[in-house]
Amino acid sequence: MNARPVAGVPILRLGDVLVTELLDELDDKAALAFTDELTQRIAAEDASGVLIDISRLEIIDSFVARTLMELTTMARLLGARVIVAGMLPPVAITLVELGLHLDGVETALNAERGMALLGWQQNRQLPEGAPSAALH
Amino acid sequence: MLRSTEQSPSSETAPRLDPRAGEPNSYPVRTEEDLLTARHAVRAATLALGFGIVDQTRIVTAASELVRNAYIHGGGGTLTLTLLEHPGAQGLRLVISDDGPGIHDAQEALTDGYTTGAGLGGAGRLMDDFRIDSAPGRGTTVTATRWTTP
Repeated sequence: MNARPVAGVPILRLGDVLVTELLDELDDKAALAFTDELTQRIAAEDASGVLIDISRLEIIDSFVARTLMELTTMARLLGARVIVAGMLPPVAITLVELGLHLDGVETALNAERGMALLGWQQNRQLPEGAPSAALH
Repeated sequence: MLRSTEQSPSSETAPRLDPRAGEPNSYPVRTEEDLLTARHAVRAATLALGFGIVDQTRIVTAASELVRNAYIHGGGGTLTLTLLEHPGAQGLRLVISDDGPGIHDAQEALTDGYTTGAGLGGAGRLMDDFRIDSAPGRGTTVTATRWTTP
C-alpha cells in the first residue's frame, strides 16, 4: 500500500477515531480506493469511530450518497460507528428533493459535534495539548 | 420540488439563445474525467446566469446524475448547455444524449428505484422542465431546463 493515500484524501487518527473528509472530485476509482483504505485502517488501527467531514462537498448525487451509505455499513460491520459531519444546507435540500435520505447514515452539524458523538469532549479548562478526550 | 409552470415560461414557446451565449456548448461524456469537466461547466453556467446557491446545487446535482447515467447506461454521450432568455427570466437548458440501448418505457424510467439511486425521476424533480426521448435501439436524450426566479 502506498504511503500516500490512493484516494488523495488523508485519514488521520485521533485516539480510536479516524478522521477524514470527502472532496467533490470523487470518481469511481477514488471512491473504491478510499473505501479500501478506510476499511483497512479501521481494522489495522482498532478504530471504534470514523468521522467523515463533508463540509467541502458542493453536491451529493446518488453515486456519492451510495458511497457514503456503503462506507457506513462496511464500517459498522467492522464494529466502528460512522458520523458524517458538516453537510451544507443546499446539499441537504437537494438530497431530499432527489429522493435520497442517506438511510442508516448518522450525521452531525459539524465536525466538532460529530467528534462529541464519538466520545470526544472539548475541555475548555485544560491548557492546550492536554489529552482530554473521554474515550470509552 | 417541481416548481409550478405558471411562474416560469413554458417550454412550448420557442426560446431564443441568449445573444451572449453564442453557440450552445457541448461536452463529451466518455470518461470519468469528462463527468467532472461537465459538472464544472454546468456550475460555471449557473454562476453566469446568477442562480442562487440552492438552485446552483440543484442544477449541478441533476447534471451530475444525468451525465453519469449516460456514461454508465448509455455507454457515453454528449452534454449540451444552452443559455435561454425570455422576458423576465433566464434559463439553463441541459441536453444529455447517448447512443446506448435506449429505455423501453421512458415513463417507467422516471419512477424512483428504476435504476440504482434516485434514478431519472430524482433529477427531474430538481429541474423545472424535464423530458426524456428514448426508444430501444435509438439511444436516450434527456432535456432538462431550470429558470431563474424573477
